[in-house]
Amino acid sequence: MAWQRKILRVNLTAGTCTPEPLNMDWALKYIGQRGLASKYLAAEVDPKVDALSPDNKLIMATGPLTGTMAATGGRYSVITKSPLTGAIACSNSGGFIGAEMKAAGWDMIIFEGKSPKPVYLYLENDEAQLLPADGLWGKSVWETDEILHATHQDPLLRIACVGRSAETGCLYAGVVNDLHRAAGRSGVGTVMASKHLKAVAIRGTLGVGNVRDKRAFMDATTAGKKTLKDNAVTGVGLPTMGTQVLMNVINEVGAMPTRNMREVQFEGASKISAEAMLEPRESDGKPNLVTNGACFGCTIACGRISTIDPQHYTIANKNKYKGASGGLEYEAAWALGCDTGVDDLDALTYANFLCNEDGFDPISFGSTVAAAMELFDIGAITTEHTGGVELRFGSAEALTWAAEVVATGTGFGKDLGLGSKRLCAKYGHPDLSMTVKGQEFPAYDPRGIQGMGLTYATSNRGACHLRSYTVSSEIMGVPVKTDPLTTEGKPELVKAFQDATAAVDSTGLCVFTTFAWTLADIAPQVDAACEGGWTPETMLEVGERIWNLERQFNLDAGLTAADDTLPKRLLKDAAKTGPAKGQVNRLHEMLPQYYAIRGWTEDGRPTDETLSRLGV
Amino acid sequence: MKITFKLFASLAQYLPREAVRNIVELEIAPETTVHELIDRHGVPRRDAHLVLINGLYVEPEDRDRPIFKPGDALAIWPPVAGG
Repeated sequence: MAWQRKILRVNLTAGTCTPEPLNMDWALKYIGQRGLASKYLAAEVDPKVDALSPDNKLIMATGPLTGTMAATGGRYSVITKSPLTGAIACSNSGGFIGAEMKAAGWDMIIFEGKSPKPVYLYLENDEAQLLPADGLWGKSVWETDEILHATHQDPLLRIACVGRSAETGCLYAGVVNDLHRAAGRSGVGTVMASKHLKAVAIRGTLGVGNVRDKRAFMDATTAGKKTLKDNAVTGVGLPTMGTQVLMNVINEVGAMPTRNMREVQFEGASKISAEAMLEPRESDGKPNLVTNGACFGCTIACGRISTIDPQHYTIANKNKYKGASGGLEYEAAWALGCDTGVDDLDALTYANFLCNEDGFDPISFGSTVAAAMELFDIGAITTEHTGGVELRFGSAEALTWAAEVVATGTGFGKDLGLGSKRLCAKYGHPDLSMTVKGQEFPAYDPRGIQGMGLTYATSNRGACHLRSYTVSSEIMGVPVKTDPLTTEGKPELVKAFQDATAAVDSTGLCVFTTFAWTLADIAPQVDAACEGGWTPETMLEVGERIWNLERQFNLDAGLTAADDTLPKRLLKDAAKTGPAKGQVNRLHEMLPQYYAIRGWTEDGRPTDETLSRLGV
Repeated sequence: MKITFKLFASLAQYLPREAVRNIVELEIAPETTVHELIDRHGVPRRDAHLVLINGLYVEPEDRDRPIFKPGDALAIWPPVAGG
């Protein structure tokens, strides 16, 4: 079996590292990663716990296919209770550290308690040590990575850590691994920092060789790779253009959230698109995009590696930003650009570098800056609050200043680090926060893509596109084309995407494979690797089980059906331009039907029959 | 009549030289179809996956009918996705 069947339990209060066997009964019901770690969290943590107290736990979890030869089999997730939302959080990342953890012999690491002093976990195969991190506290992600590699004299060490934003309490700080990959959403890095855990440094040389049926696994993974290669999206589109190819698409269909979602189309979109990233700039004749990049085992390689114009104001005297580093993905480009009204590609790339360097979520950051800009626009925030900065929509200087103060948690950066919901409440205009359950929206306006309204409203981690990406069907026609402007059939579509995605997120594979693969491609790979008799049907059942487990955690935490909603702006203020002109999101047409097909009561609670059927 | 013609991603190579930021204005006859425009610019039909007029999806069966109105914006992508 491809599980290592071993967990490392790290008690930060006591300073102990203790191996224990993986609960295989649970593994057969929840697969791994998101599902299995959520089961552990629900079993071990009181859902009502203060997310930043020592009683919360933080789990780093791989899936059974993490570290194997399956294409994209390098994913890991960070699971905890979120300080941003008060809901269960699961944040997924690629890079290389997930595979390294698995190769060191571990399925999962559970961190509990709080260390009296800053520490980091050093893990080399069976050897686990908590080491002092006094010299790392106050350092950025990039500095921490460099120091740890030098300290251990091992260039192959894989490192995940938090930056200064997490240390200073930014509620949307992530855990960054391999310099610019991140478990970015929901403030999982804030939880890690609250435990005085600065970093996890791993070296694994044991490998992952114990698959159930080696021949079948070779056949299934080879077939899967061919499908990815032959598919126009995963074989050509994503490696060439990255996710940023969506910038012009979503703007054209009139679903581009712009200036804190006041509008649905951004006049500057073409200047910050994938196409723009390929254009040679005047100063040095080079384009923004240097090359694409791949995570462990990935045959897609959608990652962007970029440079900033060396003459741009942001880096004129800052040599460390003049090299190539993690570039703009669509979500970051949207949040930093369209939502703030900034169309300066280099300013966006600089802000994105800072998000990586100090570990904060560019989606939540950009959306929070957008909210602050609207508060400035109506006079609720003034230059007295910002220390003189004109926080205006469209100001690249304001955006990059905001990134600098959030990175270090200084001055007005403390307020911006609260996130949009708390910021808007603090300055007296809670309705201006574009959030669900306290988490900021991603890059699709639900007035122009109706299914995404239901996706956001019901997402178990707050507004998120990666819980059910109905954009795939409603805009791109994968697996079938549906009309983005109707609500008909969307409850069924959202549920299908939610369940399938929860299953994929539990395997160790990347959800981007699903632009080419269905569960019929994934199940044979899982089945060849693992005991359990995995089919598309059993995987969907696991996905539904995970969804209900997460939902139950949230209900027990105190969330209710009243939290399954959208900001008034999206329900009352019609889109002003584009195909959705005159439309609002019609959540009320979808939500009751969604509850019914989920087997939930009218107030959104799973019935006893549903929980019993799924074995939750 | 005049329409706006946009080709994105890998299809940008088929744009006329005068195009700016993936966009060019075209003068077309009223009976022109989407497929005729695609063929005229050398875009392989199999690569014209996402076809929008004024942001609205054009069904494959409507691509051989004269459906343009003056001022329309035709935008075309190969298969793309992201997230």
